[in-house]
Amino acid sequence: MNSPNPRTGSPPATVARAPDAATGRQPEPSPEQPSEPAGLRTAPADTATPTGGTASTGTASTGTASTGTASTGTAFTDTASTAAAPPGTGPDGPGPIGAAPTGAAASGTGPSGAAPGPTARSAVPLTRRRTGRLLGGVAGGVADHVGVDVRWVRAAFVVLTFLGWAGVLAYGLLWVFVRQEDDPVERTVTRSERLQAAGLLTLGLGLSLVAATSGSSVLGWIAGPLGLATVGAAVVWREADEAQRRRWARDARTRVVGGRAALLRTLLGASLVLTGLAVFLVGNLDLGQVRFGILAAVATLLGVAVLTVPWWVRLVRDLGEERRARAVEAERVEIAAHLHDSVLQTLALIQRQAGDSREVQRLARGQERELRAWLYGPGGRARGGDGSAAAIDTTLSAAIARAAGEVEDTYAVTVGPVLVGDAELNGDLRALVLAAREAMVNAAKHSGCSEVDVYVEVEPGEDDQPGTAEVFVRDRGRGFDPDAVDGDRHGLADSVHERMRRHGGTVRIRTGAGEGTEVRLSMPLGERETA
Amino acid sequence: MSDDGGPVRVYLVDDHALFRSGVRAELERGDGRAPVVEVVGEAGSVDEAVAGIGHLTPDVVLLDVHMPGGGGAEILRRARAAGTESVFLALSVSDAAEDVISVIRAGARGYVTKTISGHDLSDAVRRVRAGDAVFSPRLAGFVLDAFSDRPGAAPPVDPEVDQLTRRERDVLRLLARGYAYKEIAGELFISVKTVETHVSSVLRKTQTSNRHELSRWATDRRLV
Repeated sequence: MNSPNPRTGSPPATVARAPDAATGRQPEPSPEQPSEPAGLRTAPADTATPTGGTASTGTASTGTASTGTASTGTAFTDTASTAAAPPGTGPDGPGPIGAAPTGAAASGTGPSGAAPGPTARSAVPLTRRRTGRLLGGVAGGVADHVGVDVRWVRAAFVVLTFLGWAGVLAYGLLWVFVRQEDDPVERTVTRSERLQAAGLLTLGLGLSLVAATSGSSVLGWIAGPLGLATVGAAVVWREADEAQRRRWARDARTRVVGGRAALLRTLLGASLVLTGLAVFLVGNLDLGQVRFGILAAVATLLGVAVLTVPWWVRLVRDLGEERRARAVEAERVEIAAHLHDSVLQTLALIQRQAGDSREVQRLARGQERELRAWLYGPGGRARGGDGSAAAIDTTLSAAIARAAGEVEDTYAVTVGPVLVGDAELNGDLRALVLAAREAMVNAAKHSGCSEVDVYVEVEPGEDDQPGTAEVFVRDRGRGFDPDAVDGDRHGLADSVHERMRRHGGTVRIRTGAGEGTEVRLSMPLGERETA
Repeated sequence: MSDDGGPVRVYLVDDHALFRSGVRAELERGDGRAPVVEVVGEAGSVDEAVAGIGHLTPDVVLLDVHMPGGGGAEILRRARAAGTESVFLALSVSDAAEDVISVIRAGARGYVTKTISGHDLSDAVRRVRAGDAVFSPRLAGFVLDAFSDRPGAAPPVDPEVDQLTRRERDVLRLLARGYAYKEIAGELFISVKTVETHVSSVLRKTQTSNRHELSRWATDRRLV
């Protein structure tokens, strides 16, 4: 637990920053100037008396401080510099090299000094020091993480200990739950530091005992929960630390472990706060300050909420990411499966039937239609759907498209429906579709050409007139003479004429030998089915 | 329908080499009619196409709609920005309305699907070269649908370009029913030249109309 921290280069940083923060002066690391006033200012209050005896060792240690004693017990060094300043009177007094950084460091540990460390604080994750430690390496690790001198951390623990043993508890918990740094960093601890730290520890314990026995523990009842909550918050907020996040995202395998640990820590934080609440209530119930207690309860619950925020945020984010990844994977699998079941199968069939051009065309056309529907159809993939068209046709256009597909499949012709407008299917329009289908079948069977044009137009009605749905089925085949149709061919007579007539529609056929055929079907729309 | 007797110089743009060679073979086989269609070059990417069109100055560019790097509409924009005199005919496997409409609005003189026969394709090439528009039945259906006055639709802003005349509508309907120009002329008792005029006028309106349904319709439209 001491100074020259090669990882962060902390001593120089402390030196440079300290005068700035503490004295508000130029951060000029000039030997004399900052050292003296800072030292003087620090002198009075804090720690003057009790350690007077050790002052000499403190002074002695200033010599080593240049090489970096920056991190020994705070109180001691302050005392040391205090002791050094008055006797040495002249700023230039003590050794030229030695005194300077120590003075600066000391000023850094001045009243408000070390707190704001603008340098690479977030870069150092919270770990316990492996080397250069006196007890568990906790104080040093916290100091590295927060970016202050380790002496201040130790002092903080002592003060917390004084306040209802919170310091001991916090130290213990951090010891248990904070992992050690991965690579040991070389640090040295001088004997004097050891002594200082030991003295500090004794001081804290002693003061706490005194406070406990003297019964003036009210302060402790307030500060205790506060300390607990602070430690809890520190533990949980640590989880949101950037380095941790990256590690988390990078290593999916350790995610489970990390998740459990995070959960534990969060539970710990929450339970700390709750403990704080309980302690506070027990302590205050005697006094009957119920209202105050409620206030405390609310405050503590808020603390719990704050504690769990990073955890929730991360949980939600991880969940979303995982869900997205799974969706992408599922999509990929589904597309592969669909292509396999449809396109690959059809291609295999086509290769087998390569000699039969009619069959090949039928297969290719059917597959094309299926793929188009899957991609561009209602609910198709290119529209952001899942490719599954509605099982039952509810619109005229869908029904016509389906009928056209069936005719294509059955008769190996190309039927290209062009649809303008649309309407909900009803009984009349169903009849229209069936009639149109029959007309397509006729064209496919008898025209002798391989292409059938189908045009469907729905005219919405004007104010007082009902709209109409019209279907044109046209081929460029051989045509025929309607009057000369054989008696056994019922298609045209029954399926088309009769059906249309029953539903109030009309049929017109235009044909002639060698001119192809066009069947025009017209069906009035009812009131309710305009699109 | 051609102007001079020289061959129609065609440039093929499609990212599938197999398809290009198929179209080239079909066009060059010829259909015994004049003028002869001659493929002067092909391109498989947007950049290549823009450079080739600028360099070879073909009469007609057969354009695939879907290509990596922007597709047919992008080629049209860039080639036209470079001041090309070539006319463009979109030739695509896609029947999606937004594709059809977007490439037409980018300046193509027509749109035919890749299932078109070699004979019809040669015919379409000659026709766009002569300055006409080529509407497949499906494109005619799209345009009719886009310009239809459904109840509740927003009123057209400028009747000159936002509405089809009755005659244009009739012509389009017959086109959608699969009629050839000559058949349309016979059906409506007008000359083929008049049919061509109507179709070109419809093309112009499709390209310039501000009617907001046109784009909305194209994206909303769900056709198989």
